Amino acid sequence: MANIGLYIELKEGVFKKSNRELLSLARKSGQHVHAVIFCPDVQPYMEELKGIQTVIQVNGTELTYQPDRYAQALADIIGEFKLSVFCGIFSAQGKDLFPRLAAKAKASLVNDCLAVDLGTRKAIKPVYSGKLLAEYQIDDERALFTIRPNVIAVEASPAANVPEIKPFQLNASPVKTNIVQVVKSTAKKIDLNEAEIIVSGGRAMKNKENFVVLEDLAAMLKAGVGASRAAVDAEYASADMQVGQTGKVVNPKLYIACGISGAIQHFVGMKTSKIIVAINKDPEAPIFKKADYGIVGDLFVIAPLLKDELKKIL
Amino acid sequence: MNIYVCLKQVPDTEATILVKDGKSIQEANIKWIISPYDEYAIEEALKLKEKTPGSTVTAVCLGPERVHNALRTALAMGADKAVHIESNVYLDDQNTARALAAVIKADSTFGVVFTGKQAIDNDAYQMHILLAENLAVPVATNVTAFAVEGPLVKVQREIDEGAREMIEMSIPCVVAAAKGLNTPRYASMMGIMKAKKIEIKKITIAEIGVSEAQNKVQLLKLSAPAEKPQGRIIPGEPADAVKELVRLLREEAKVL
Repeated sequence: MANIGLYIELKEGVFKKSNRELLSLARKSGQHVHAVIFCPDVQPYMEELKGIQTVIQVNGTELTYQPDRYAQALADIIGEFKLSVFCGIFSAQGKDLFPRLAAKAKASLVNDCLAVDLGTRKAIKPVYSGKLLAEYQIDDERALFTIRPNVIAVEASPAANVPEIKPFQLNASPVKTNIVQVVKSTAKKIDLNEAEIIVSGGRAMKNKENFVVLEDLAAMLKAGVGASRAAVDAEYASADMQVGQTGKVVNPKLYIACGISGAIQHFVGMKTSKIIVAINKDPEAPIFKKADYGIVGDLFVIAPLLKDELKKIL
Repeated sequence: MNIYVCLKQVPDTEATILVKDGKSIQEANIKWIISPYDEYAIEEALKLKEKTPGSTVTAVCLGPERVHNALRTALAMGADKAVHIESNVYLDDQNTARALAAVIKADSTFGVVFTGKQAIDNDAYQMHILLAENLAVPVATNVTAFAVEGPLVKVQREIDEGAREMIEMSIPCVVAAAKGLNTPRYASMMGIMKAKKIEIKKITIAEIGVSEAQNKVQLLKLSAPAEKPQGRIIPGEPADAVKELVRLLREEAKVL
């Protein structure tokens, strides 16, 4: 039996929901699954970790995320526990951590996977921003994969067994890439990469202030707010809001495109959304060919109506 | 400072990408550009050069003959030197990082190495970090602000929505650029003329000691994803259409 490892990501102590996708994937593999979690107390997370074999609890005096330190600890764990395949979430932290781990653990990595076979080490990932899919196979001694959020069906653990907890001491070694401070945004924004619902605006927003229309709608849906490149380039929206080939690639269950024409640049960034809704004044806008549902109309009329209608049911 | 920029030539963002033989793409009608994030890297390298007297910027690019155009563009924007690592085969990221690192390491006094956070063809999101590990230097990725203060590089990188990490590293180091870092300049006519006269240094992957046989990540297949069937327009007055939309989202799509 192979030893599979998972990096369980916490955000300020909160168990990220995408961890459940990793756990679902790993449990199905029938291999010996080790979940690695950096925290002083693992008990709050044990209910989530049922049905796997081992929990490796990494603890120490310097638990705050430092990529060098975390990558070295994970490389040591991979060696000590003889993990041949190791998976994590394709999140901001996963993107930073896993390539470092690949270098330190003498392993090879495929990022942003839509499907992974942990046995054969084959994975499918989007390339050319999703215009194509590539299937890769890792021949290396150790294989690493990060998995795109919202692609793997979450299944409750069939087994109720409580995993064995093994402690691991994190060395407070010096770091070369030193995170000296994390500055939080004053606005409480929802992470587009992991958002379940996204409301996006395009050039038709006309200015920055008008985005409040989308923010109101998003607040009702507990959704993230995105933007097209046209809106970002016109400075109606900040760069971190851009969805598309040169922005974020998102994968929500519902994507509402408001006043976005649907250029391929944008489309490839959101095409894997389960349901796409388009609101646009121009009935010829290409977005309508790609949307599941469309309403031809002025977003400044439709979006507030939609908010009011949702208010009745949510 | 000897500043380096690693860049990749990729198909234009508007290009339609078609699979050729299951493992490569049809290149016939493709317009090739510098990967957009690498353009931010070039711009930041040039800005650093302007602030640091006596600096040079060397652009490095791996790929077939056509990547000369990308290097010429970098030279026209203001880079001083260019190195073309000749390769006509698929190399995985570890191999690519080793090849790029070999060129940079040949200069024992390299300073900051800039590159994009990802290339928009393979979207592998790792070359910059593997490069840094090969160079045994620190690296920050997804960087939206960059400054040199004394012996330190100070950068900001975007993490989850709106939050930023403030990172300090010593020089030499690798900085992977994201959108928002700067606005890349256009090449001037004078720059274009000057670039024509600069000789692009060539080195083959064989000379570096990197080969396709060393790949540990094999590309098995490229394919086009299944297209979504065309959806429908909901007719009617705005209020009625919105009502119907909400009903469909709840009852048919089951996403609310």
